Amino acid sequence: MTDTLTPPDLLTRPTSDQLREHAHHVRELIVHMCSNGEGGHIGGSLSLADILVTLYFDVLRVDPADPADPDRDVLLLSKGHGGIGLYAVLGARGFFPEDDLAGYGTPGSALSAHPTPAVPGVEMPTGSLGHGLPLGVGFALAARLDDAPRRCFVVLGDGELQEGSVWEAALSAGAQGLDGLVAVVDRNRLQITGGTEDVVALEPLADKWRSFGWAVREVDGHDVDALRSALGTTPHEPGRPTVVIADTVKGKGLPFIEGQVRSHYARLGEAQKKRALSALRRGRQAEVRS
Amino acid sequence: MTAVTGQVVSRASREAYRDRLVTLMARDERVVCLDSDTGLFTGVDFGQAARRYLNLGISEQNLMGSAAGLARGGRMPFVNTMAAFASSRAVEAVKIDIALNRVPVRIVATHGGLSAGHLGPTHHCLEDLAVMRALPNMTVVVPADASATEELIAQSLDHDGPVYFRLGRHATAELGRGGPVELGRAQRLAEGDDVTVVACGTEPVRFALEAADELAAEGVRATVLNTHTVKPLDAEAVLDAASTTRGVVTVEEAWRAGGLGSAVLEVLADAGLAVPVTRVGVADRFVSGTGKHLGLLARAGVTTAAVADAARAVVSGR
Repeated sequence: MTDTLTPPDLLTRPTSDQLREHAHHVRELIVHMCSNGEGGHIGGSLSLADILVTLYFDVLRVDPADPADPDRDVLLLSKGHGGIGLYAVLGARGFFPEDDLAGYGTPGSALSAHPTPAVPGVEMPTGSLGHGLPLGVGFALAARLDDAPRRCFVVLGDGELQEGSVWEAALSAGAQGLDGLVAVVDRNRLQITGGTEDVVALEPLADKWRSFGWAVREVDGHDVDALRSALGTTPHEPGRPTVVIADTVKGKGLPFIEGQVRSHYARLGEAQKKRALSALRRGRQAEVRS
Repeated sequence: MTAVTGQVVSRASREAYRDRLVTLMARDERVVCLDSDTGLFTGVDFGQAARRYLNLGISEQNLMGSAAGLARGGRMPFVNTMAAFASSRAVEAVKIDIALNRVPVRIVATHGGLSAGHLGPTHHCLEDLAVMRALPNMTVVVPADASATEELIAQSLDHDGPVYFRLGRHATAELGRGGPVELGRAQRLAEGDDVTVVACGTEPVRFALEAADELAAEGVRATVLNTHTVKPLDAEAVLDAASTTRGVVTVEEAWRAGGLGSAVLEVLADAGLAVPVTRVGVADRFVSGTGKHLGLLARAGVTTAAVADAARAVVSGR
């Protein structure tokens, strides 16, 4: 294993506790968005929060003031239904005013359930599953043709891995040796009708990726230290694309929906919102004490 | 392959495209040749541009998505596959990754129409004109010969947004007429004030010209338009011809629903121009059974005789 990339500026890197605080704030923003009129994909956005916070606040070379910087790293949210999770992180990171999140789901807002590039910081429209990794292959090929150190991170849902196009791209990335490409699997083990292993089993998942020519790392997807160590040091093997399988909990942070199928989509009423926010607060307090 | 039979020069549009692409890659760093194991580039020497030839294997969804990513990364990918795979198998990636993002991807689809011949209905593609035309931002081009293919491919470098090129498989006759070809502009190949024939593609344009010759011998004069750019259709040329003749015949190597004939009807209806229109194209069925390209086209009812008959009917008011 080699760590070939140095973070952009060690002095400006956030502490792990700062990352956890950002993640807590992002979860609050997600809860607020789900209490708007339309509701939202709450479970899969909460499972993503620590992954996206680690990427946007610590790993990605991006500039909120210049989102089209040609030298930037690219993040593609292939599980586009995690849109509100992405919006919360982009807002918190300063790609647009956090207040704009209040417009989510309202007519005229760019913030629809699935993200489009009308939202500052969003690279490509996603939502139909199985599109992110082929796009990522293209971004990584372009970076390689430019001899540029740009990296492309593709965040996938685990249920999404049932789409064949993911494996077309995985095979192709392995064959091309695209070590500028990093896939992150939000392994929350749930899809709409049940557990992934009951619907269409994915295990042994790490072996599948390995056999496609990828360097595989499995981490606790809610441990920002583990995430920053895995995501900030790619490629883990030169000449191979990297996949980080992040073990997560759907609905993380809200004990009354954690790990439940019904957490997929929710519209929170006022009472539920208050309950959710206080649950997040208690969770954060416990985290700070420990 | 270039063959000379009598005075008629024949070339395969896909080979003409391939040769031109190699020269374009040599002089334009943006151009990337993205292949899906088509075999079209076997033995080709890309010279200094060899890094920009990428064979992603047999994975058309991945191909279209990767092309979009490459395009966003500053390149201009020419994506190579068969028409059937571009416009059916991979169409969601074409729609979302390429058309929605309006990225400069050129989809070069060979074996269009029935040109796959005995390969059968899995490899025939009679839906692409309708499918690609339905996608916003997509330009749809069906060159009528190899020279026009080369020219339109080269012109596409200056075009914003995605382009779908439908090419054939075998060598076809060079038109040798019509003057310069220009992306987005119809070519007037014959002038007449009795009937307008609008055609796209190698065989349909040839059938239109042969029918015009037949009609001329009977004293019926036809205007023949080669609408190589099916989308955006040159509405001005179509309306101009339709309003100065007694009616319109469209000719295409595609299912009649949604293709060139439909595009012409849309232009006429939108302009409020009520003229008789007959669409010569493939009926609403699969073309099964073994056969060569022209035999299958004849079986499907797309022939010079069908065009001439339709034109006679328009002129006689039947």
